[in-house]
Amino acid sequence: MDDKLIIGGHEFNSRFILGSGKFSLEMTDKVIKNGGVEMATLALRRANVGGSENILDYMPEGITLLPNTSGARNAEEAVRIARLARAIGCGDFVKIEVVHDSKYLLPDNYETVKATEILAKEGFIVMPYMYPDLNAARDMVNAGAAAVMPLAAPIGSNKGLSTRDFIKILVKEIDVPIIVDAGIGRPSQACEAMEMGVDAIMANTAVATASDVGLMATSFRLAIEAGRKAYLAGLGRVLEYKAEASSPLTGFLRD
Amino acid sequence: MIKVDRSFSHMEYVEGMEQTPHDIMDTVLKERAEYDYNKYTENDVRRALNKEFADVEDFKALLSPAAMPFLEEMAQKAKGITRRYFGNSVTMFTPLYIANYCENHCVYCGFNCYNKIKRAKLSMEEIETELKAIAATGLEDILILTGETRSKTSVEYIGEAVKLAAKYFKLVGIEVYPMNTDEYRYIHECGADYVCIYQETYNPDKYETLHLRGHKRIFPYRFNGQERALLGGMRLVSFAALLGLDDFRKDAFATGLHAYLIQKKYPHAEISFSPPRLRPIINDASVNPNDVHEPQLLQVMTAYRLFMPFAGITISTRERAGFRDNVIGICATKMSAGVSTGVGGHIGEEKGDEQFDISDPRSVEEVHQAITEHGCQPVYNDYVRV
Amino acid sequence: MILNGEKVELKAGQTVYDFLCGLDYNINRIAVELNYEIIPREKFKEITLTEADVMEVVTFMGGG
Repeated sequence: MDDKLIIGGHEFNSRFILGSGKFSLEMTDKVIKNGGVEMATLALRRANVGGSENILDYMPEGITLLPNTSGARNAEEAVRIARLARAIGCGDFVKIEVVHDSKYLLPDNYETVKATEILAKEGFIVMPYMYPDLNAARDMVNAGAAAVMPLAAPIGSNKGLSTRDFIKILVKEIDVPIIVDAGIGRPSQACEAMEMGVDAIMANTAVATASDVGLMATSFRLAIEAGRKAYLAGLGRVLEYKAEASSPLTGFLRD
Repeated sequence: MIKVDRSFSHMEYVEGMEQTPHDIMDTVLKERAEYDYNKYTENDVRRALNKEFADVEDFKALLSPAAMPFLEEMAQKAKGITRRYFGNSVTMFTPLYIANYCENHCVYCGFNCYNKIKRAKLSMEEIETELKAIAATGLEDILILTGETRSKTSVEYIGEAVKLAAKYFKLVGIEVYPMNTDEYRYIHECGADYVCIYQETYNPDKYETLHLRGHKRIFPYRFNGQERALLGGMRLVSFAALLGLDDFRKDAFATGLHAYLIQKKYPHAEISFSPPRLRPIINDASVNPNDVHEPQLLQVMTAYRLFMPFAGITISTRERAGFRDNVIGICATKMSAGVSTGVGGHIGEEKGDEQFDISDPRSVEEVHQAITEHGCQPVYNDYVRV
Repeated sequence: MILNGEKVELKAGQTVYDFLCGLDYNINRIAVELNYEIIPREKFKEITLTEADVMEVVTFMGGG
């Protein structure tokens, strides 16, 4: 079946986007292979002097890199980080992440919209991480976002789809891909999100903190595929027991 | 001003018509052409009824013949949704026809330019007298109508009438010829907040054969009217197909999709539907599957409700009192009262002939009482203009 | 000059390229900001550093 995820004109067969943090570098390749991952995020940091190990050396061929702007506290910093990431030379994708709340680490939608607008104009394929707010999502799309990445729950919390109802609204109203990011703790939660009609899942902590990291990557791949297929199949009807209305509403109709 | 006749392509703009993007029209026409309502099954309808929000696919199923046996369930569900979004309130309004001159030849319409009817146009003094008489009944929401011709009823004339109406009414709408954005902006500044435009049919080929003369012949200009009204600052836009002119299921689908896409593009827009129908010929031996009987009309109205829970639905005085009084509890949220479709006519003699016969001639007071008796709350206005 | 927030010794007449290679940086894995302006890799050999320069050198690491 031809069911591609299309972001900024690029096609993907996989709907599992991997956050690459918290893994030992040697595991990266296995997790990506087991997960069927075609896109993985990276963060930027100051480079130490000397030819130290680099995560790029552990990324399999053909994987699309999605640098994030983690550490940015406002639009200006996000733009600076994105430009630096592009200068390393790994394509035009960028995940905007603006957080200036150190307690809950919730994204700042307002600053994110501003950064989206600037970077989209510079030719970036912009994927903003966001709190699932319909108005903000519309602003991001109007600003040129190629996808939106609403959080399911506070980052790293593994709490699952706490924002379910609001993500459903985005699925209904927003035309660019919806990628649930942050908070997904179990494959079953990823599966449920996919059944709801979101286009892809990004997970990191849930895989990285499993006892068997490779096996968990496989599990997420299968769960995401299952949810996607269920969504495409159209969930079966649920027969509900309904008492016959004592006075039907349609009794007045004529001709 | 250019005279448009049959030699004009109905799909091309004429001079003076503002052109806006065709994205929504292209989608609606394509989807309408591809909508095959016979492929939907009982299971598709059940699935749609089970969902919290009906999507476009569900809307198609709900408008299909397969949904007819589920009309009672659709009505039950629609009633719950209407209660949730509108409480039990029903807004009352009345239309005021201030002129019936028309340049269009629409083969189905009583106002069309070849019909030998009494034509008239109210002066500002006459309009004010009518407005005062209507305001005295307690109504606060008024719809100003004309036939469609700029030569007899200019934008300035309509603007002046709107200014007067805004003096006596809290909410003023217009149902006149489609205008350009700057003209809508002017009418909005005069005091109008909503615009009704009926597309009649969303089948362009059929449209061409029904609209032989006049500016209305130009399909895309009419289609994009709601969008221009919103760009001009109007708050609410209303959509309608005259059900029965062409395949009513396809036209009802296109109407809903048109409104849906407008709301998607302009999230602040308030949306309303009117479901007028051509009545089938009763006792006709050849039963036409596309005839719109009362059950089909209710199907369309409840499908609109399930697809667009927040949209207003206005029920016409073309329908009998018994139908109107029952659908307000289920899906309709707005109904007219004390209606005259002739020019003027709210005091003494009508100056010009009627557009169509009405089936519910009740006064404001009678309609008020009927709404109350059906467990709903009559509302005269729920809007403060700022 | 300042590199990643710390004072470092600079040899006279060094270009960006010379300087980075001298510190064993893998040129294809980094991005360089000089005085808050990004320097494209092609220009590394054209720009000569001075004592007053402030340089940031960044690379990728794992992150979500």
